[in-house]
Amino acid sequence: MTEASLYLLQQIINGLTIGSTYALIAIGYTMVYGIIGMINFAHGEIYMIGSYVSFIVITGLLAMGNIALPVTLFAALLVAMLIAGTYGWSIERVAYRPLRGSNRLIALISAIGMSIFLQNFVALSQGSRDVALAPLISGSVLEFGSLETFAVTISWMQLLIWSVTLVTMTALTLFISRSRMGRACRACAEDLGMTNLLGIDTNRIISLTFIIGAALAAIAGLLLGLYYGVINPYIGFIAGLKAFTAAVLGGIGSIPGAMLGGLILGVAEALTAAYFPSEYKDVVAFGLLVTILLFRPTGILGKPEVEKV
Amino acid sequence: MRGTLYNAVFSAGITLILACLMLGVRLSAEGTRLTVVGAGADRWEWILAGVAVVFFGQLFSPRLDALFGRIPKPSLGALKPQDSTLKRLKPWLLAALIVGLVIWPFMVSRGAVDLATLTLIYIMLGLGLNIVVGLAGLLDLGYVAFYAVGAYTYALLSEYFGFSFWACLPIAALLAASFGFVLGFPVLRLRGDYLAIVTLGFGEMIRILLNNWTGITGGPNGISGIEKPTLFGLEFSRRAGEDAQTFHEFFGIDYNSGHKVIFLYLIAVLLVCVVIYLINRLMRMPIGRAWEALREDEIACRSLGLNRTVIKLSAFTLGASTAGFAGCFFAARQGFISPESFIFIESAIILAIVVLGGMGSQVGVILAAIVMTILPELAREFSDYRMLMFGLLMVVMMRWRPEGLVPMKRPHLELK
Repeated sequence: MTEASLYLLQQIINGLTIGSTYALIAIGYTMVYGIIGMINFAHGEIYMIGSYVSFIVITGLLAMGNIALPVTLFAALLVAMLIAGTYGWSIERVAYRPLRGSNRLIALISAIGMSIFLQNFVALSQGSRDVALAPLISGSVLEFGSLETFAVTISWMQLLIWSVTLVTMTALTLFISRSRMGRACRACAEDLGMTNLLGIDTNRIISLTFIIGAALAAIAGLLLGLYYGVINPYIGFIAGLKAFTAAVLGGIGSIPGAMLGGLILGVAEALTAAYFPSEYKDVVAFGLLVTILLFRPTGILGKPEVEKV
Repeated sequence: MRGTLYNAVFSAGITLILACLMLGVRLSAEGTRLTVVGAGADRWEWILAGVAVVFFGQLFSPRLDALFGRIPKPSLGALKPQDSTLKRLKPWLLAALIVGLVIWPFMVSRGAVDLATLTLIYIMLGLGLNIVVGLAGLLDLGYVAFYAVGAYTYALLSEYFGFSFWACLPIAALLAASFGFVLGFPVLRLRGDYLAIVTLGFGEMIRILLNNWTGITGGPNGISGIEKPTLFGLEFSRRAGEDAQTFHEFFGIDYNSGHKVIFLYLIAVLLVCVVIYLINRLMRMPIGRAWEALREDEIACRSLGLNRTVIKLSAFTLGASTAGFAGCFFAARQGFISPESFIFIESAIILAIVVLGGMGSQVGVILAAIVMTILPELAREFSDYRMLMFGLLMVVMMRWRPEGLVPMKRPHLELK
């Protein structure tokens, strides 16, 4: 293979890595939108909180010494999911539930307020500067191509991100398609009022949606935190916007769509960063968002929405 | 009783989980190593106090609700004089207000005048966004982009072509309006919340472009040394430039740097008055009525034959041009602009002003702009908590008073 195509392959690999974490965050947006039709603007902050919690747990456990790395990471994952889930649940309870049924914009403004609040809450309690963690997982699984020109590498970290994402996505798909709760979720997305009439506690299902979305965002927070090694209280804003773009790209309301959208966005971004000045990679995400909304607002896998009086 | 107890314990537990890791410990970097430091005892006391408040609040919530229900709601209506008196007094009150606004800066310190100028900029921005969000019901989260367009228009035209402030003012408004038009034309077909996100993305794109277009905009360093406005060609500097005259020489008075500040303030007052007048007229015109009608019920409007694209576009464009106005003046006042001044938070602050004041209500927006700019100045020691409070305020307002502090009153005529 030529050098150029190897370079392209490497960029696609990097893009798929970032893209799979976007997909994890995007699921939170898409599930909430699918059921109550609102954009949970504070979702990006949940991802950021997940990053912080996992950094705290990892640093704490490493300081204790002689705990195996997988145990540390697993513990961090569980704690981050638990705490982020609690945040997700509380946000819904405090800021969204009282507003349910009112104008869409009112709920969105409340969500923006919540997002600003959480961002500054973390900036005040944890400091607003960058926090850096020394890389825990290094080395590569696989290298090919010649060393003189360009070698494509897949690192252990990337493999970890892919496998965790794959396991999570499979578990989520099974949960949604097989379990009783999952069936209730799908029923809620179909018709909230009717589901309620049939004796399903829709408030509980909505809470559950927020918890699942937040837990997935926390997984993404841990993975991306480890991948980049640096976090600060403001990472949630851009990550949230990108994940939202991914959700819209795949068709908001559709879980497979969010997965697909995340991967496409990740690759598109990596390719722009590779061939254009990297500052413009954020512009690509927004440009993509605007383009899809204009030409195919339902996204790739979404269903068209009928406007009701 | 058992239900409330369970509820209280549950809520307190949740609060503890929320607070324990995020507040109770903090990450700190020692050199290159990262460590976790437990927060001081005083912070834990705060956390436990918070948990206790939540616990007892939930435990006695039915009783607290009853207690709050018994407090009579203050009625602002009773304070207002009769409509007929108000009508008679209105021109006088307005005249007194304007005279007061003009005389006031000569009696107070320079800092106060400067702060007032800043407040007036926010009033302008709030009024502009109020057209878009309050009247037309289009949530625009990238409003600051138009503000940036206005500011950069003046900065670039004056830097490269030597245009004066007064020439740039209409150009900035027009350019911002055309940006609004170009963005609005495709985007306004989208439903409310999509529109919000797209405008947000647009705002970020403008900022990123300004940041990276180093050759022309100076990138993150911004543009400095922007010319100050002149009064019919009279400059407010100590020494005049080539073939120009300064204000103090012309009138034969001593040079005082305060004159410039007061002059800027007076321009701002003038601009705000013009904006208020225009918006007031617009609200009473068919187009203004159409904005509100469209906000209330889009389908009904369309079935009555209103062209929704034209109506939305006009609101969007007018809002953008107001921001362009404000941006142009902002650049002139600061003398220095950089992309840092046009971040998303700025959009959020303007939105918070509109929401707090009452969407659609001009008096409300003006009051909110005054409160939002002056309060942070008064409470300097709490400046770290400013954005935290803004966020909280937006949530609280939406929950308890979505119509704002001074709800909008529609201009209407009554049949007698």
